[in-house]
Amino acid sequence: MNDHSALRLVVLRVLVVSILLTLLGRLGYLQVAEGAHYRSAASANRVREIITPAARGQILDARGKPLVSNRTDLVVSVTRSILRSQKDKGAAVLQRLSRVVGIPADQIALLITPCGERIKKGVVARAPNCWNGSPLQPVPIQSYRADDLAQIRDVLAIEEHAEDFPGISATYAAVRKYDQGSLAAHVLGYLGPLSQDEAKKPKYKGQVFGSVIGRTGVEAVYDDQLRGVNGVEKLQVDLNSTVTGKLGTVSPIAGDNLVLSIDAGIQKAAEDALAQGMAAARTRTDPSRKRHFIAPKGTAIVVDVTNGQVVAMASNPTYDPAEFVPRITKKNYDVLTSTPGDPLTSAATQGLFAPGSTFKIVSTAAAVKAGNSITGFYPCPGSLKLGNRVFHNFEGESTPNSIDFRTTLIKSCDTVYYQLAYNDWIHDGGTHAITHPREVFPKMARSWGFGSKSGIDLPDERTGLITDRVYKQHFWEQNKTKGLEYCRHAKQGYPAEPDKARAAYLTLLAKEFCTDGYRYNAGDAALFAIGQGDVLVSPIQLAMAYAALANGGTVFEPRLSKGFLSADGKSYSVQAPVIKGKLPVSAPVLSYIRSALQGVVQPGGTAQGAFAGFPLGQVPLAGKTGTADVLNKSPTSWFASFAPANKPRYAMVVMVTEAGTGGTTAAPISRQIWNAMYGFGGHKPLLDPGGQLPAALPVVLPNGSIGPPGTVVPVPPTLRKAADASAPTGSGTQALGAPVIWLAERRTGRGPS
Amino acid sequence: MTDWTTPRVSPVPLRPRQVSLRERALDRTSPLRQLDWILLVAVAALITVGGLLIWSATKQHQLNLGLDPQAFLKKHIINAVLGLGLGTTAALVDYRALRAYAPLVYLASCIGLLAVLSPLGSTINGAHSWIVLPAGFQIQPSEFAKLAVVVGMAMLLGEKRDGESRPRDTDVLSVLGLCLIPMILVMGQPDFGTTMVFIFVILGVLSVAEAPARWIGGLLLAGVIMGVGVAPHVLQTYQLDRFRVVANPADKDFAKGVGFNVHQALIANGSGGLTGKGLFHGSQTQGRFVPEQQTDFVFTVAGEELGLVGGGGIILALGVVLWRGLRIAAQATDPFGRLVAAGVVSWFGFQSFVNIGMTLGIMPVTGLPLPFVSYGGSSMFANLMAIGLLQNVHMRSREL
Repeated sequence: MNDHSALRLVVLRVLVVSILLTLLGRLGYLQVAEGAHYRSAASANRVREIITPAARGQILDARGKPLVSNRTDLVVSVTRSILRSQKDKGAAVLQRLSRVVGIPADQIALLITPCGERIKKGVVARAPNCWNGSPLQPVPIQSYRADDLAQIRDVLAIEEHAEDFPGISATYAAVRKYDQGSLAAHVLGYLGPLSQDEAKKPKYKGQVFGSVIGRTGVEAVYDDQLRGVNGVEKLQVDLNSTVTGKLGTVSPIAGDNLVLSIDAGIQKAAEDALAQGMAAARTRTDPSRKRHFIAPKGTAIVVDVTNGQVVAMASNPTYDPAEFVPRITKKNYDVLTSTPGDPLTSAATQGLFAPGSTFKIVSTAAAVKAGNSITGFYPCPGSLKLGNRVFHNFEGESTPNSIDFRTTLIKSCDTVYYQLAYNDWIHDGGTHAITHPREVFPKMARSWGFGSKSGIDLPDERTGLITDRVYKQHFWEQNKTKGLEYCRHAKQGYPAEPDKARAAYLTLLAKEFCTDGYRYNAGDAALFAIGQGDVLVSPIQLAMAYAALANGGTVFEPRLSKGFLSADGKSYSVQAPVIKGKLPVSAPVLSYIRSALQGVVQPGGTAQGAFAGFPLGQVPLAGKTGTADVLNKSPTSWFASFAPANKPRYAMVVMVTEAGTGGTTAAPISRQIWNAMYGFGGHKPLLDPGGQLPAALPVVLPNGSIGPPGTVVPVPPTLRKAADASAPTGSGTQALGAPVIWLAERRTGRGPS
Repeated sequence: MTDWTTPRVSPVPLRPRQVSLRERALDRTSPLRQLDWILLVAVAALITVGGLLIWSATKQHQLNLGLDPQAFLKKHIINAVLGLGLGTTAALVDYRALRAYAPLVYLASCIGLLAVLSPLGSTINGAHSWIVLPAGFQIQPSEFAKLAVVVGMAMLLGEKRDGESRPRDTDVLSVLGLCLIPMILVMGQPDFGTTMVFIFVILGVLSVAEAPARWIGGLLLAGVIMGVGVAPHVLQTYQLDRFRVVANPADKDFAKGVGFNVHQALIANGSGGLTGKGLFHGSQTQGRFVPEQQTDFVFTVAGEELGLVGGGGIILALGVVLWRGLRIAAQATDPFGRLVAAGVVSWFGFQSFVNIGMTLGIMPVTGLPLPFVSYGGSSMFANLMAIGLLQNVHMRSREL
């Protein structure tokens, strides 16, 4: 062999050595450096988790009456991967299934097709006619009431002849049942299925795509406690998801029962009175518009002034949460979203309105804070010229002499407040504000809880609006050139606006705003004092303000939750009252205002008509009407009240939009509710003797049902510590019937799923 | 001066001594003494480990199907025994005679490759590479074609005239012509991996044969042009994807098809750790997450169940085989022997690298088996015949 050949062999040797080193190095890197990653990937590969849903806790009223409980449904589901492994891709099975469930086979085939998959050339499966979950997961096709024996007989045949229905399952599932129909729908809320993206969030750990979670109301706020902890069965599987072994089981823990402060009886009375009152308003004519009031939306709220608990909270129009079980149809949803008054949102917490004269309790306190005497007398002319603008009393009424605050509140004289607010505005420098303006009126409004969320345990509460100098300046800076671009519109007008007159008007406003929009002028201050103009409140904020007035100055956060009972009845937790703030108003001033408001429901007051004949001797009442003007609409009708006026326990706010004066629409509704609570006017009292509501929580009886507060049980439940008050502790009670089993897809995601 | 013409007269009658079988076997000149035992031990180790891995990869599935759990193991052993016979034959035949047979071997494999493309052929795993025989036997002629190409090239380039050792251009051209026919036939199956083996073997043999550097360079250049310029137009999408997935293993588009294989293979290998999960205890293997795990992806079973120790051991054992092959090439007394050995080393080296490399995610997925370890008769037979040839060269390399 010559040197050349030897050299060429060396090349081959070097190649061989480098090949071997590359392989060894790569293998070592994968197994040692990346080993942990691949070990977890391998375990994710072979482990499937089967989730056993925990029974969702019931929602009870303060007396233990179930508002929401669970019902068992029989759900027919199709697992597409099993169908596809049939010789005919499952066509025959779908035909048989079609005869049982009464849905055409081709439609079932569509429903189980993963969204985005090509159906035929150029046609891709699209929602809602497709499945947006995992292809290995059973797709629910039809559900039946489990107690409807006639209907489910055919469905049960699926299980009996399982060999004819590969990939089809009929399993029992617990779904929500609304024991009182649509009662308190806005409080309770509804459930909706978890989307695939949500299921990945840490908040929903242990939940799988398709499990139902609270979407609105207390179902959403207390979802964690109600949901319980799902059970998990870990199975070892092979590539074809054939189970090859069992790795462990964790039993589900049933969710806690939620006890609401709502009293079902008072809630019903409030909803009925509200609905009747709104219907009645629609028969009355708005004199300034020459047509019937529309009264599209209304609310009635009753709160316990001693602790902030909500006793009743009605919102009209309402909806039936049962429509969301198991999921709402598109048709029903479209109907709900197109109904006037927007039934899906709560007027109590999600509606913002000008409070009108109900706001005068705040203005009175502010006026006193500004240095005016609570016992002083103030002129009440029919109109008042402030700067270059004339402000009128409602319907131009006036009194010849100066009046005190009592009379001002009873008669609801606006000009007194215009003048007092104007005085304070002047004190702050008028349009040329001093460096540190007192801003007594807006500050007072904030300390009563306006302009910030009440803190109620409901989602999507709105904040409202309290306008002061700082806010105006800020809003102007945000919108003169950016945002609403007033200065651009001041120059260019509104060419996109078809109505020429309106465009001209808007342009005028834009010009004014562009140059003077930062100014807090006399009109702003004057209108603020009578709850008009740039002030917006939610009815629940107003209710808490009246509760604070009634209880001597404590602003509570409203609470719907009273506490939780564990499903097994062994433990419970209690919702403590949460104080939001204290009114910066002295006790004599509050006492004066309370006493003055008693006159509103008496002869001479603005609500005298509504409360004529009410036994004020038995239950003294105090209240304030409000009639808030709304541009181009009938006024908002308000009535805020509390009782008993001498020892207040409950505050009530009733509001109906586009329904006229407070005295004609809201006050009569309020009276109806007071009647029902205290048992006047032929009603049986809904309150316990002494005007009380039960303080204790209901109890879980040994048989699992709920007993009213005070029921004696053999083993009294123990009070949970505050730290774990929110964690469900019930032991492994399962959902009603056999649970629906969802295959959790928890592989690392690269597999042929 | 020695009178070498005078016959020496023995004091005892000249009569052949009775030599025992044992003595004969241990005689310095006996074939057994002249075998490369290190090579044989390495091959035996690979076949044995291969048997265990194949057994582990198929046992549970066979049980699930209600079949004999040891069926694949048994067939592997039978393949090895039959291969041993073929290899022994290849080792013992005088390779001068082999040169006479070489054209026949070459012709036979070309006919076999043609038959595959005829209706006799059968498609398994996307490649039309098999001839299915009665009684459940299958033949993969491309495996034998590798052997034929190695022998054919060695014959063309090795039968050199004295005084002129370097191949001339015509020799190179005839070699290329020789290889072109089976390459085209293999490409037609389509079997991209085997084609690449051919190219690598040609480069290796030409290189050791001291073909002019311009040919080596030219062939490499042609290979690059083919790979970059022509292959994307000739290859099927799935074949191209196999390259793309190596370049972009995280690409979601590959997660379901070819990328799934690679991904699962990586998980299997990577989860093995230092010592593995134990034979029969790999969740990836036992759950059959890795496709073709007794044949092309058999290395993942070693990686998962035997860990770095087992997988590294297989790589080292293959290294021993290549080392002995290179040693045999270096010690070969004639060009034919040297070129055969170089061809076999190129073949095994490239095929092992591509096979293990694809399970480690650094090479594209091809249908190449791991020599001696993967399940498969044709491959086992061809591999052991190649080892027989190495032994043949080895036995004649020492001065007798």
